Amino acid sequence: MAAQIRLPYLATAALSGLLFGAGLYVSQMVDPLKVLRFLDFGAIPTGGWDPSLAFVIVPAIVVMFIAVRIGRRRQAPLFDTRFNEPEFHHIDAPLVGGAVLFGIGWGMSGICPGPAISLIAFWPPDLLVFLVALFVGSYAGALIIPSGRDKRLALAR
Amino acid sequence: MDSFAPIPALAGGVLIGLASALLWLGNGRIAGISGIFGQLLPPARTVIWRLVFLVALVLGTFAASWLLPGLGVGGPGGQPAQLAAPPPGWKIPAPLWIAVSGLLIGFGTKIGNGCTSGHGVCGIARLSKRSFVAVGVFFSVAILTVAITGIV
Repeated sequence: MAAQIRLPYLATAALSGLLFGAGLYVSQMVDPLKVLRFLDFGAIPTGGWDPSLAFVIVPAIVVMFIAVRIGRRRQAPLFDTRFNEPEFHHIDAPLVGGAVLFGIGWGMSGICPGPAISLIAFWPPDLLVFLVALFVGSYAGALIIPSGRDKRLALAR
Repeated sequence: MDSFAPIPALAGGVLIGLASALLWLGNGRIAGISGIFGQLLPPARTVIWRLVFLVALVLGTFAASWLLPGLGVGGPGGQPAQLAAPPPGWKIPAPLWIAVSGLLIGFGTKIGNGCTSGHGVCGIARLSKRSFVAVGVFFSVAILTVAITGIV
């Protein structure tokens, strides 16, 4: 754990957060209405569909894919002793049920957790309501499903 | 189509990819926002870097909106950001609609272990079977939800 309070580790977290936040603004995924216009597939025939989200997520995946390949050739990341790769591989009911509930919530508002946090920079009306609800929902979920690698692995045994 | 701009979308996607790559190769951590956010409460021993990341996320959004103004919403020259209103005719107060959405997203991403960033970017890039299933499900359900509610 000591590695996680050292300066290079925290500086990496800070730089990553800055780049992530900049990416959400530049791509305009910070705008919930734009995300909803992507999810509105009914608008494809009429030409009103906004394909932006696909143009954002594909290059992000490609860059991360290269990073994962580089990481697989190394024993450990630069500033910690190991990669925290999920070791839980089963397709289970919480995964699918959670994705269904997240999908309903996402389709209702066009806000996923990244843009929810980055929207603090612009503070639209009702954002506080959303953030409190997000936190309460997440906390409620943690009471039901153990989080963390060791507990998930124990459950799988 | 008036709002579709491929170059900022691609550039923003590369930035998000670089952010995820940096956190992975530097700290061995997955840049999944629901996970970073969802383990903020003690007794998590990793609260400090999570807070640092989330504060930087807000600052990065804010700084970019001043450096590159007018790309859409936010910052000087941008339109004010706003949340979606409930679908026309549903007669639900906006804060209630937003609260239900937030609860579902918080709960769903916690039990499903991830959101658009953790499963959608990092999980797909790791070729995780769980993430492929999660992404397929939450995108399909979100598209269905928009179609059924008629919110757009």
